[in-house]
Amino acid sequence: MSIIDNINKLFDHRIRLGIMSILMVNEKVNFKRLKELLEVTDGNLASHIKALEKAEYIIVEKSFIDRKPNTQYIATKLGRAEFKKHIEALEKIIKKQMK
Amino acid sequence: MQKDYFKDISEIKDLMNKSSRFISLSGLSGILAGCYALIGAAIAYIYFLPKQFDYSSKSTLKLEYIILDLVLIATLSIVTAIILTIKKAKSNGEKIWDATTQRLLVNFLIPLVAGGIYILIQAYQQHYGMGASLMLIFYGLALINASKFTIGNVKYLGCAELILGLICAALPGFGLYFWALGFGVLHIVYGALMLREEKRQ
Repeated sequence: MSIIDNINKLFDHRIRLGIMSILMVNEKVNFKRLKELLEVTDGNLASHIKALEKAEYIIVEKSFIDRKPNTQYIATKLGRAEFKKHIEALEKIIKKQMK
Repeated sequence: MQKDYFKDISEIKDLMNKSSRFISLSGLSGILAGCYALIGAAIAYIYFLPKQFDYSSKSTLKLEYIILDLVLIATLSIVTAIILTIKKAKSNGEKIWDATTQRLLVNFLIPLVAGGIYILIQAYQQHYGMGASLMLIFYGLALINASKFTIGNVKYLGCAELILGLICAALPGFGLYFWALGFGVLHIVYGALMLREEKRQ
């Protein structure tokens, strides 16, 4: 088994990796804030969120603030574990490249 | 397949930093704080401060009034900042009380409270000469210390206050003017710049 096996295909994309990075250090983040931080379009962000949601790496929490819908995203235990594994794999690859 | 994993790592770090920072203070609260400070300085100048180089025994009696004046300015500014920041956070759907806010407050308060106590001790020993400069210096340090947890240019405001405080220490007798410049004018300028940036977004 090579190290490449630990590289998570789902995280092999800038935006999906970005969403997870933000959710690792924030309890809950809403759609607007994710959009601002990642500088992407609505549709683009939504499709990547869906992919992470389908893998059960994140969960969606819908609520209302002043009658306006407010959708928050939260990283799951599985998502956090997978993200850590992915980072460790990246570290190993980088260390190898440095040799 | 040769991907730039270094770039991935640096992007992760950048996003983690940026996203866990506290929402910025609203520009309007800066402008209002500056106005309170200017009004407070004017009141102190007219009613409480000893007239130029008149350090007679009578002037020491006004110390309580000056402290009350300062406490009022600080309280008004803080209450305004809290109300406006909560309002802004609500409209952005952000949570205001989280780990970052707590760290921000602790880092801001340590130099500020230490400085405040030091100035009070000095004042009760009849050393007022350095009051304005010490307030500017400690406030500047508090801002620089807290700036790690904010968006915006709080760090530069802190540096400006600090430099002003040092100049003030070198030029005795002009404390009130430097104080008004630092807490009044600088806040208004900073608030106006922030407000312009908020409008642009």
